[in-house]
Amino acid sequence: MAAQNLQSVPAELTAGTSETAEADGQANFDRVIAEDSRIEPKDWMPAAYRKTLLRQISQHAHSEIIGMQPEANWISRAPSLKRKAILMAKVQDEAGHGLYLYSAAESLGQNRDEMTDALIAGKARYSSIFNYPALTWADMGAIGWLVDGAAICNQVPLCRASYGPYGRAMVRICKEESFHQRQGFEILLELSNGTPAQKQMAQDAVNRWYAPALMMFGPPDDDSPNSKQSMAWNIKRFSNDELRSRFVGMMVEQVRVLGLTLPDDQIRFNEDSKKWEHGPLDWDEFHEVLAGRGPCNSQRLERRREAHDGGAWVREAAAAYAQKQSMKTKEYAA
Amino acid sequence: MSPHGNPEAPASSATEINREAPKASPAPQEHTDHAWGLWEVFVRSSRGLSHVHAGSLHAPDAAMALRNARDLYTRRNEGVSIWVVPADAIAASDPDSKGAFFESPQGKDYRHATYYTKSEGVKHL
Repeated sequence: MAAQNLQSVPAELTAGTSETAEADGQANFDRVIAEDSRIEPKDWMPAAYRKTLLRQISQHAHSEIIGMQPEANWISRAPSLKRKAILMAKVQDEAGHGLYLYSAAESLGQNRDEMTDALIAGKARYSSIFNYPALTWADMGAIGWLVDGAAICNQVPLCRASYGPYGRAMVRICKEESFHQRQGFEILLELSNGTPAQKQMAQDAVNRWYAPALMMFGPPDDDSPNSKQSMAWNIKRFSNDELRSRFVGMMVEQVRVLGLTLPDDQIRFNEDSKKWEHGPLDWDEFHEVLAGRGPCNSQRLERRREAHDGGAWVREAAAAYAQKQSMKTKEYAA
Repeated sequence: MSPHGNPEAPASSATEINREAPKASPAPQEHTDHAWGLWEVFVRSSRGLSHVHAGSLHAPDAAMALRNARDLYTRRNEGVSIWVVPADAIAASDPDSKGAFFESPQGKDYRHATYYTKSEGVKHL
């Protein structure tokens, strides 16, 4: 995240018309991208680059915030004190990730409260995955292993995103995500080694989360209009299909250790392309969920709104207290 | 949330997509009356090291900024000391100065030890 909105002390030698400034800015931007260096908040950047980043970062932030819900719902019913503590730490991390990302978005000139308003008004998008319900305890395992696993696969290359504050936020997030995936794996492993009913519960959760997790990488490359430009700008480093294929390869190995199976009999390694292939995914469902018509969309937004409204008195009280303190300080000074 | 039932259960089953659109939402509230200021956070990871910029956050005052910074940036023992600074109190050099601001050291290689090559091979120098 950046030191953002900082006052700049203008250099004396920057006088020039806005057109030459624009051309110079573009030239500098092109050079930085060509060198695979980083753009920082106060640098000139093309309007479309700023817009693309804002869309991606704010959606990402919203996903982290909404992503707290499926797991927070299970804290009270986690099977042991240890599991409760782990789940609380994980949910707290998701909140933290949302805040890192909101900060990065703000460094592009977006107002934090406007982002919050857009989310609770249902105008902002977030990852479709969080609109599926977490039905059993095994879902906490499958979410950690598959959903956080897919997120890590997606996010590790984003640590090198050309926009500095975004890359730095992703570095911090990726460090914390690996605990999320491992604790999920462990939950599934324990269930898999438990009673037949527990093993069945683990398999059922994997069956339900597998396809939605694969769809987290976004639409297939030939149906992903923004990908090409994002890659040219060094925001994205790999295409959706490339990352998805890589993820499938990792899961194939790991599911064996779990003693479970993936619900896809078409997984195979293509010797020609050297890539993992998987069965067809239901992209109509993906677009429906993204458009707000998934199993839990309204429930998630409703909960977010309640939390926001329920916290209003805290924000107001803190602001009132801060104002009172600053007036007291002024009185002393006078 | 009931401690017994599954709070996720009211949703339709996972295999069946509910076509219900999100409920109409109330108009966003105005925040201008209590918008919190932006603070930059600097964390000292251990004794003997400098504070390093970790990120930023919003808070109504310095005390809350410190508490928020602790919760946000030191959840895994990342720090032993935190500074918070109002973002608008930081003066920054202008990135548009096209290097002019940093021109002075250019071409002054003699400020680096590596400029002096004749002493190569001489011990302890």
